[in-house]
Amino acid sequence: MSGISTLLREYDVLGAFWVTIQLTLWGALGALLLGTVVAVCRVSPVGVLQRAGTWFVTLVRNTPLTLIVALCALGVSNTLKISLAPPDSPTFIVDNGFRWGVVALAVYHASFVAEALRSGINTVPTGQAEAARSIGLGFGATLRHVVLPQAFRGAIAPLGNTLIALTKNTTVVATVGVAEAAYLMRNMIEFNPSLLYFIFIVMAAGFVVLTLPVGLLFTWLSNRLAVRR
Amino acid sequence: MKFGKPLGAIGAVAALAMSLSACAGNPAGGDPGTGGKVIIGIKFDQPGLGLKVGDNYEGFDVEVARYVAKDLGYTEVEFKESPSAQRETLLQSDQVKMIFATYSITDDRKKKVSFAGPYFIAGQDLLVSASNTDITGPETLNGKKLCSVVGSTSAKKIKDTIANQVQLQEYDTYSKCVEALASGSIDAVTTDNVILAGFAAQSQYSGKLKVVGKPFSTERYGVGIKQGDTKLCTAINAALEKMVADGSWKKALDATVGPSGFTPDAATNPPKADAC
Amino acid sequence: MSAQASVLFDAPGPRARVRYRIIAVVGAIVLLAMLAYFVVRLADPANNQLTAEKWLPFLTPTAWTAYLLPGLLGTLVAAAISVALSIVFGLLLGIGRLVEQRWIRWACGAFVEFFRSVPVLMMMLFAYYAGLYGLRISGTALPLFGVVVGLTVYNSCVLAELVRSGVNALPAGQRESGLAIGLTPLQTLTTILLPQAITAMLPSMLSQLVVILKDSALGSMISYLELLRSGSYLATAFANLIPTLIVLAVIYILINSALTRVAGAVEQRLRRGPRGVVTRPVTAGFVPEPAAEPDVPPTIMPPRDDRPGRRR
Repeated sequence: MSGISTLLREYDVLGAFWVTIQLTLWGALGALLLGTVVAVCRVSPVGVLQRAGTWFVTLVRNTPLTLIVALCALGVSNTLKISLAPPDSPTFIVDNGFRWGVVALAVYHASFVAEALRSGINTVPTGQAEAARSIGLGFGATLRHVVLPQAFRGAIAPLGNTLIALTKNTTVVATVGVAEAAYLMRNMIEFNPSLLYFIFIVMAAGFVVLTLPVGLLFTWLSNRLAVRR
Repeated sequence: MKFGKPLGAIGAVAALAMSLSACAGNPAGGDPGTGGKVIIGIKFDQPGLGLKVGDNYEGFDVEVARYVAKDLGYTEVEFKESPSAQRETLLQSDQVKMIFATYSITDDRKKKVSFAGPYFIAGQDLLVSASNTDITGPETLNGKKLCSVVGSTSAKKIKDTIANQVQLQEYDTYSKCVEALASGSIDAVTTDNVILAGFAAQSQYSGKLKVVGKPFSTERYGVGIKQGDTKLCTAINAALEKMVADGSWKKALDATVGPSGFTPDAATNPPKADAC
Repeated sequence: MSAQASVLFDAPGPRARVRYRIIAVVGAIVLLAMLAYFVVRLADPANNQLTAEKWLPFLTPTAWTAYLLPGLLGTLVAAAISVALSIVFGLLLGIGRLVEQRWIRWACGAFVEFFRSVPVLMMMLFAYYAGLYGLRISGTALPLFGVVVGLTVYNSCVLAELVRSGVNALPAGQRESGLAIGLTPLQTLTTILLPQAITAMLPSMLSQLVVILKDSALGSMISYLELLRSGSYLATAFANLIPTLIVLAVIYILINSALTRVAGAVEQRLRRGPRGVVTRPVTAGFVPEPAAEPDVPPTIMPPRDDRPGRRR
């Protein structure tokens, strides 16, 4: 038992999960914004934008997240020297790594958000868009006032799935040294192999605690907000 | 829907897994002097020490391993990757006969495996860009960006005891650190000096990187063998002694990490082997 | 793309057409500018990533025979074993969640819910170290064990959900008629319901294959020699990390989009085929679809919600 208490004193489990939560929230916000733009592009009347949206989804969805994280952190940040934090800040490495991690997560999950929204748009009956057009709304207004609000509500379940996937995928940024839960778990195991099972149970339980309420919330939301037809 | 087949598949896979992990006799190689094939564990991703180049392997560890294997009478050498976490179990389960993989002799490890050698004395050091003048040792790292691999002891030591204002970046391989150093996004990489020299000696980085040359620890690289195999240990030590005496040791070192301009500490190198 | 039929907008008139063209040109310029920016930054002498020295290794046969192809083989082997095991365990778990016995349902449900919440990377790390310290596996079998366990545990849970939602999506008459001709509930499940559900699940199972293939890249973290890791050896040997990452991305994209296309083709076939009992696609996400209360007894019910399934 003393081993466990020194372990928990030495390693900041809650701090690591706080980083995980922050990665999740910022990543989700970024993914939602970027994903909406991509989804709008894909249903827009402009061919170039449609094709760009399709390309984005195809390319990003078929690349492992590990690789996207590596490309962002090693390629764009290190080699092209585009940093997201003031280079002489005393916490440059932590901030820059975290922010690029958020970017990688946002880009990767934006493709799933875009697909979720597109399927949400498909659930909106033709009549809704036709009615909007018949009262004189253009593409933008139709989308903004009639189609997207319903599409978001129809896409709640897949969006919730994407959020849960995102929460779990934050572990992948451990590969470039962002100190979140999986990174901590690896360090803990490396230096305390005898507590392997305890460490795994604690860290896994942390993710269950993070994702189960999200799942329940989104299930409830999707029932409550479902557009009755 | 019948379940005979899937269950059979589980059985087959389980059997396969068993056959992968179980071994018949000592497949890693017989006793020294009996000839035949020997399996030796090395690193695959350390330039200058153990590096996979195409289908071949090169580096100082590889050269020493080849010399020792030949001297021990083995006619064929097979190299196998031995990641740091797995070195002890690879030896214990007879998957490799010897390990030449920047394997420091420590009391902790001696509880699980035995060591012949050491064949090289390294020390943790810093790799910086060739034009850098303000990093002269670990104590000058405050406010600098230092890179190492996950779970590295040298980075932890610097951060905890020498320069606690240092910013630490951790990747899973040294090559990522070195790439980041070459592009200028970090200031220094830390691990054993000879590993750093191996990177600096790569033709693509020639003239761009240098080892600072102020080692702040002593790492005695030994040859990992199965615990208690004194016969093998004695034979390896004899081979190592011969390698130093006939000049092959120096030649191998110059050919592999020499191009970086790195010279090992002459006071400790070449080392005398410990008693078995 | 001038007069495209869509419910969202009318066929453009002359003014709209001009406007669309302007947006198209501006959009194309913005996208090309972004691309050009990256190419210029890569070529910048300070970064120097587009030199022949860094890219020529990919034209040599050794880069492929010694690094990339063995790596790809590793990826495919891990994916294939995991797929096979996931299907077996996924079916068992899915059936376990549909049987009459309450405790089996609960046990399988708890297992699925727990391990679906654990990140694949954590599961792999755990399996790797448990294999190392607990089961004393070593050598190349150890990382393979870690990868396969990590991928299998997670994906069998996903497949179990697919099985369950597939069976739940079948018309209630299928089960009733099975029971009416005297089959036991388990016989009904395995001889009538599952075969239909599995046919409907096939496209989703194929797209899960893409997920498995992508996730196998996490194996590089536990030293499994797959495409990403062998690529990193290549990058170490030739000191060309960035070009290697780009080449790896292209390889993954080619393989996965081919798989996605196969999944799409299968789905089309099933839609048109004569066996189309299930008209809507069956999917299971990371969260159970709402029909998921663990203790609603007769386990095979008509679906409660008629939201269209989600597509991945």
